[in-house]
Formats: sequence, structure tokens, C-alpha cells
Amino acid sequence: MANTQAMCTSFKGELLVGGHQFGSVTLVSRTSLTAPTTDTFKAALYLASATINAATTAYSATGEVSGTGYTAGGIAVTNATAPTTGGTTGYWTPSASLVYTTVTLTTAFDTVLIYNSTQSNKAVSVHTFGSQTITAGTFTLTMPTNAAGTALLNIA
Amino acid sequence: MIQTIHGMMEESLLEKREGAIDNENEYTTWVEYWLDGELVHRSAAVHLKKNVLADGIAAMLA
Repeated sequence: MANTQAMCTSFKGELLVGGHQFGSVTLVSRTSLTAPTTDTFKAALYLASATINAATTAYSATGEVSGTGYTAGGIAVTNATAPTTGGTTGYWTPSASLVYTTVTLTTAFDTVLIYNSTQSNKAVSVHTFGSQTITAGTFTLTMPTNAAGTALLNIA
Repeated sequence: MIQTIHGMMEESLLEKREGAIDNENEYTTWVEYWLDGELVHRSAAVHLKKNVLADGIAAMLA
């Protein structure tokens, strides 16, 4: 047997729950360090004409959709399933579809931004899809299978 | 009954159009209801297939 240099898989999952802190970072209090609360994540929709990408650092209303039934900032993400690991990958997926009910969004949109509304609206991830409009209807974003390699967020 | 821009309407009064898109990024279905040439309802459901992967960290620290 020999030792093998690697990033510990458990560490990748722990990153997603803020289990490690290598430098100083400004955080909104999680109430208790021994029994911390889970942050709240939200999902905002963006126009096809917006510029949301890997360089996006936080939620912004610039380029966000607007219309009847849609509240700026989007909707809360259901997060009932904690990040976990599989193989050498840490991963996480919202535990329910993102559903924007009875909205009218007449300008084409093609992006959803997942962000941490507890921690100063810091950006988490950007997901794109074919342009859509909604008229007095419901827009549903169904999540991929929550497994290594297919989950919405993967750290390999 | 269907929610429309004119309120709730009987589905039988409306023309229904449906469609789907299936590619490597998504599987999307949509349904539209039209009344006398006017779009009065459109809903869509997007199943995301494409995820985001952070493998640079491992590559740098491995």
C-alpha cells in the first residue's frame, strides 16, 4: 500500500456547508457556531439580453426579468437535501423544482441565477436554457438528478 | 379552466398548442392557449440537464 496525494472527498462536500475557513470572510451570523443555521438561497430569472456569467459575484436587478406576478429577487430555493459526496465528487441540487406561478414575462429570458440571500446575495451559479416567455402561466425549472456528475453543482 | 390574461376561461373555448424541445442542455415542454389569434396563456417547463462543475480546485490542489 502507498499513500496517494489527493483532495479528500469529504472536504469537497464540507466546502458546500462552510465547514472550512482558510481565510477571513465576512459572513452574516449563522446564529451559532455549534448549531449553525442553513443559509437561504434564491433563484432569479434574467433576460436573454442580460450579462450573467462566471464573473457575476452577486444578485443584481440589472437585466432581471420583470412582469406581473414576478417579484424582484426571484423565489426561494427549496434546500431540504444537504450537500453530499459520491465517488470523488461533492455535489448539491435543490430538493424541488423552481416554480414561478402565474406570471407574465413577455420579454425573452434564458437564465436563472442561484444566489445566497443570507450572505449578502452572493452568487452561486448560473444556468442557461432556451429563451422563454410566459403569459399568465407557470414557469417550472426541474432540477437534474441529484447525483455525482449530474447534480446542479458538482465539485470534482 | 385555464388561467389567461382575461381571467379564468373554459379550455374548450381556446385553441391549444403544445411543443417540446429536447437537446443536450434541456428538455423543455410548453403549452399555449390562443383565443381569436391572441396568445392568452403560455406556460413552460424546463428540465435542466446541464450542470456546473468545479474541477479546477481539485486540479490545482491535487
